Amino acid sequence: MTPAPAAIPFNRVTRPPGPLVIDIEGVTKLYKMGSEIIHALRGVSLQIRRNEYLAIMGPSGSGKSTLMNMLGCLDTPTAGRYLFNHKNVAHMEDDELADIRNREIGFVFQTFNLLPRSTALANVELPLVYAGQPHHARRERAMRVLEEVGLGERMYHKPNELSGGQRQRVAIARALVNNPSIILADEPTGNLDSRTGVEIMTLFEQLYEEGNTIIVVTHEEDIARHARRIVRLRDGLIESDAPAT
Amino acid sequence: MKRLYYEITESFRIAFAQIRANKMRSALTALGVIIGIVAVTLMGTAIRGIDTGFQNSLNMLGDDILYVQKWPWHNVEDWWNYVGRPPITPDLAGRLNTVIAQTPNSLLDIAVPVAGRGTTAKFGENKVSSVFTIGTNSDYSRILNVDFKEGRLFNDTEDASGRNVCVLGYDIAEALYQGRSPLGEQVFLNGHPFTVVGVLAKQGSFLGLMNFDNQAVVPLEAFRKAFGVRRGSELRVKVRDKNRLQDAMEELTGAMRRVRAQMPGVRDNFSINEQGAIKAQLDPVKQGIAMAGLFITGLSLFVGAIGIMNITFVSVKERTKEIGTRKALGARRRTILLQFLIEAVSICLIGGIVGLALTYGLVLGVGAAFPAFPVEFSISLVFISVMVSIAVGIVSGFAPAWGAARLDPVVALRYE
Repeated sequence: MTPAPAAIPFNRVTRPPGPLVIDIEGVTKLYKMGSEIIHALRGVSLQIRRNEYLAIMGPSGSGKSTLMNMLGCLDTPTAGRYLFNHKNVAHMEDDELADIRNREIGFVFQTFNLLPRSTALANVELPLVYAGQPHHARRERAMRVLEEVGLGERMYHKPNELSGGQRQRVAIARALVNNPSIILADEPTGNLDSRTGVEIMTLFEQLYEEGNTIIVVTHEEDIARHARRIVRLRDGLIESDAPAT
Repeated sequence: MKRLYYEITESFRIAFAQIRANKMRSALTALGVIIGIVAVTLMGTAIRGIDTGFQNSLNMLGDDILYVQKWPWHNVEDWWNYVGRPPITPDLAGRLNTVIAQTPNSLLDIAVPVAGRGTTAKFGENKVSSVFTIGTNSDYSRILNVDFKEGRLFNDTEDASGRNVCVLGYDIAEALYQGRSPLGEQVFLNGHPFTVVGVLAKQGSFLGLMNFDNQAVVPLEAFRKAFGVRRGSELRVKVRDKNRLQDAMEELTGAMRRVRAQMPGVRDNFSINEQGAIKAQLDPVKQGIAMAGLFITGLSLFVGAIGIMNITFVSVKERTKEIGTRKALGARRRTILLQFLIEAVSICLIGGIVGLALTYGLVLGVGAAFPAFPVEFSISLVFISVMVSIAVGIVSGFAPAWGAARLDPVVALRYE
């Protein structure tokens, strides 16, 4: 589906970049597919600062997904350095990475990935459960974030009682709930119609202006244009890294 | 610590939501556990029931009674050492009692002669065969561990004069007089008329072999006239303190040797038996039956466990993407492991509790329908089956849950 170009506000603000959050240098990633070795990343270096709004673009097979998994601490590099908030996460164990993901990264998925049998509120609370927060504090925080994304009225609905846009708002609330260092969105409008896509991108704009650091992975130029900086990948290498026009 | 607690409560919430969402599947899986738990617990109640019945039977022999007899109760291979022993005659009882009376602080209370013989009892047209008739004296009341339903034991006078009076066991009285009181009636034992003076209360049978309610008790002298005592008799000796049975046995051995005037160094020419010897012989058999029974019923529980494992594998497979999402949101391996383990354990616990309730109902039903059938429900059984259910859940849920915990989040998130 090709969403119509989202309206980009002309008077948009660009916040001054803050301290370094992500510092990647010379990262490679090899996959074994049977007897074949696939070079998903061939040496990528990238620095992302707090208050940035970044789009990662590239055709399929460019290494875009691999880089996103790496940035999201879902995967570790074969070689190279990855400092997240000055902590080396390149050689961390599964459970240490889980804690980083829980505290530092808020994921927004193309397919929303909400738990189908839990209410919007319970879905948003989940990262706080893993963070070990007590019940009343979880509830209070989750309610506030749901109100921020405009879903104060539908907290007790289950995902199948919500529209696509509302579901993605729940997912965004879930990503925000633990005050992460970055929000990592993978094709956040890919499963939405264009009008709802615009709404979601407007919400990202608002979150950015409120001081969040946002990384959007997409293959759509229209979506990427919302960001302040665009990183393009091709064949496992960064092809270009420039401010959005 | 706190985090673990929240993870566990969250896991229970998810587990029950999951069970509710897949009612049919969960019910069928639980059914496997239910059948397993019912089989095992029913076996457990039966084993306990048998055990209790066995103990009750042994108690009928009296746990404070020593039996002085020609033959020991255990099997002997050197039978030639026993066969030449002089018979135990009833008059030994009087002489033994004299020795007991002379012994200061004796551990023995009293010796009572008992002669026995199978016979037929008749009253009018009614007839009961294989009645065990006992000839004894009035001291028998001291070693009798059952009450009288009505009447009494013969007294000293009737005993001394060898009057033809008798006390009937419960079953004989029922069979011959069919609900009427037999007191004062005549019964023919081995063709000799006896006047009924008492009826014993119901006792039950010993291991289903020897029926204690199928006996008739008559004075020794009357027994001698009706049956003769050539086949010898036995002495039953009551001890004062059943906790010192071994010491009492030693004292009794010494007393018997004195009565029999046996020289030192000569082997005893009598045996002293007690119920513990039977227990020691039958215990291994009982345990063998229990082990075999639990093993066979345990197999059905094993099948239930396989069902749990299967459904947990399916559940993990179905929710691979959810596992990926949870990992992305910060779930550790432990969190995922716990979630699926708790789900497996919850189904097992539900199965276990339902199974236990069914067993309880069955035991009540069986107990009401067949009072003689030995089944027994107990708190420890509840505790054990709940523990077993949890263990089954953990053991069968572990492999799939561990697989889920170790899933690569990237692979899991991509799973469709």
